[in-house]
Amino acid sequence: MIVATERLLNSPADLARLREEAAARGKPTGTVMSLCRGGGCEVKGSGRLFAALQGAAEELRAGGKDVQLKRIGCHGFCEIGPILVIHPGNILYRNVQEADVPEIVRETILGGRAVARLLYADPDTGKSLATSQEIPFYRRQMRFVLRYNGFIDPTSIEDYIAMGGYAALAKALTEMTPEQIIREVELSGLRGRGGGGFPTGRKWRTCREAHGDVRYVICNGDEGDPGAFMDRSVMEDVPHSVIEGMIIGAFAIGSRQGFIYVRNEYPLAVVRLRQAIEDARRYGLLGEDILGSGFSFDIRINRGGGAFVCGESTALMASLEGKPGEPRAKYIHTVEVGLHGKPTTLNNVETWANVPYIITNGAKAFASVGTEGSKGTKVFSLVGKIANTGLVEVPMGMSLREIVCDIGGGVPGGRKLKAVQTGGPSGGCIPESLLDTPVDFDALTKLGSMMGSGGLIVMDEDTCMVGVARYFLDFLVKESCGKCTACREGVAQALHVLTRICAGKGQPGDVELLLELCDLLEVAALCGLGNTACNPIRSTIHYFRNEYDEHILERHCPAHECRGLFKFQIIAEKCKGCGLCRKECPEKIITGERKQAHVIEAVKCTRCGKCYEVCPFSAVAKV
Amino acid sequence: MPTKTAKPDYRAAADAVVARYGRDPDFLISMLQDLQSEQEHVPPEAMKRLAEVLDVPLSRIYSVATFYTTFSLTPRGKHLITLCVGTVCYLKGAKAVAEAIQGRLKIEPGGTTEDRLFTFQPVNCLGACALAPVLMIDEKYYGKVTPAQVPEILAEYGAKEKP
Repeated sequence: MIVATERLLNSPADLARLREEAAARGKPTGTVMSLCRGGGCEVKGSGRLFAALQGAAEELRAGGKDVQLKRIGCHGFCEIGPILVIHPGNILYRNVQEADVPEIVRETILGGRAVARLLYADPDTGKSLATSQEIPFYRRQMRFVLRYNGFIDPTSIEDYIAMGGYAALAKALTEMTPEQIIREVELSGLRGRGGGGFPTGRKWRTCREAHGDVRYVICNGDEGDPGAFMDRSVMEDVPHSVIEGMIIGAFAIGSRQGFIYVRNEYPLAVVRLRQAIEDARRYGLLGEDILGSGFSFDIRINRGGGAFVCGESTALMASLEGKPGEPRAKYIHTVEVGLHGKPTTLNNVETWANVPYIITNGAKAFASVGTEGSKGTKVFSLVGKIANTGLVEVPMGMSLREIVCDIGGGVPGGRKLKAVQTGGPSGGCIPESLLDTPVDFDALTKLGSMMGSGGLIVMDEDTCMVGVARYFLDFLVKESCGKCTACREGVAQALHVLTRICAGKGQPGDVELLLELCDLLEVAALCGLGNTACNPIRSTIHYFRNEYDEHILERHCPAHECRGLFKFQIIAEKCKGCGLCRKECPEKIITGERKQAHVIEAVKCTRCGKCYEVCPFSAVAKV
Repeated sequence: MPTKTAKPDYRAAADAVVARYGRDPDFLISMLQDLQSEQEHVPPEAMKRLAEVLDVPLSRIYSVATFYTTFSLTPRGKHLITLCVGTVCYLKGAKAVAEAIQGRLKIEPGGTTEDRLFTFQPVNCLGACALAPVLMIDEKYYGKVTPAQVPEILAEYGAKEKP
């Protein structure tokens, strides 16, 4: 019986022993059903499904069958969730519903046969694929950060340890000096995954060498880029990898206190991290004298308040001090004067989660993957107008086309791919013609976008690029903290001009005006939010200037998205003359006999789109 | 949702959160977050009390409470409608869903209905892009929502027939 206050692990040898025990305990003897409880599957009802499976498992156990039900973290392939994997055979079932449970029990668990209709079918060959290794979405990925995803229960520290977790920490504390750790991270070429891509090792060294004896480490979990949810998955599904990375970093830098700043919209991440921290303390992996090494370190969690600007390092630190999240000028770096005026190292969630891999496998193994200037892998959330929405981790240097088309399955519905947006509101749109660009910090910056935290948003021909720029500027206006005039006024003016263009009231010279505002924002804004606000504007103007011109000069939106800037027309061949549009038209300007093709009186049309919405035969076209 | 007629003691509520975190103004945001979730808003009386106990100017507390979108100085409705307006949801038609909600409930973003049944809060991203557009009412998610589904969904929470 262990007293709650007593630590479970007092040395690396204790940890190694626990790993063996946990691995042996974790070895399945009978059938194991692993259900994904990640964010995507949860929204699709994996909670109810879990309860149904639990009931089935209990019944089976009562009948003498050895069946276990396991809750695991995100597999990444959110599109086909909820995902259930059954051992033995590692059979992967997709889109599983409660109603499927009896058949799964009867056929697979008792009968040992796969249920064909629940298997994933290869979209090219139509062949059913039984395991994740065969599915193209997974086959082309390379997983460092997400290596335990889909295998471990996120709430179990022993699962993490059994897979080799905290071995990097034991190695760092007993076999390496802080200098050696920093050297290893430098050699690995790891760059900050939050967007900027600053070399992590250099950051750590400057912080270690900074004046003073109190130092802080911070994990930036304020993942604010819309369309990006990689960090959420890492915090929710492998929370210990973040904590382990932070402890190693703290030891290297000489810090005793760490903070994890989690976005307010991620309540589950807070719950999972909180539990992980408590477990780590209980096991002697956090707190005083970690693993008997004499090194002490602890972590506190702070929830954000729903402010995008708090992803900026100095704003985040102000928020940690209980103040409004307003950035400050950074002529003095936060690695020297950061939180409470002390040297502070702030890294993104994914950056921290890469650290254990580097320490365990060595800088060389990490650096062997990637390009000249960008090493290792990058996790992307692949979203938008794409067939396979989900999280993917790929080696740096893979082309955007491979990610979007081969892994992501391309644009659905036979539509044409127009652009890929990276870097969130600070990034830009990359046109289809440049998709062979490799994923690399410097290559993306050269194209006028940036890596950002890893949102990859796919846009098809129905997306108006002026509208996209307007969307991001609208976002930034709401999120600008208002401290510096350049951002407060400049972003607002840019939005004003873009709104005018989308409303069909653009004027010749507007594009030049926008570019002028971009130049101003780039040099005069106080922080990254304002500086990079020009990226969505510049990149869309650079690659899609024709769309701007068409809006301004012809009062026409080529993507048929800006209301009022395109017309509706009934295609006579498709119209069955049902009369629905005639009935619904608020202006009563649609005419036609029953069972005859109808016509819209173009001059009187207010372009409200009601006919388009109600037509059951898709006979109303936007022109 | 407190239905008591007597006004809750907000000063005592403030004292309770201060006791939880100690008198350290560093924890101001955490204290306000607790007040927000327990009282469903940040009451001005509680802010005054925090200023006294933490010995910081009321203006500082007010500046924090008004800077972050998670705080609301007036009580929120019984049900919180969170609509994701992140990039993907935007591409897949969240704007039309927002218009449907606003039209149906006659409220603006951030507003509360007259009967205090609903508060409508658009947010930047819920991170559930596979199901865009995503709507969340209290803790329940609704994926791939269309404007046509809005009245039906709201009716589950007791929204009255079209006003």
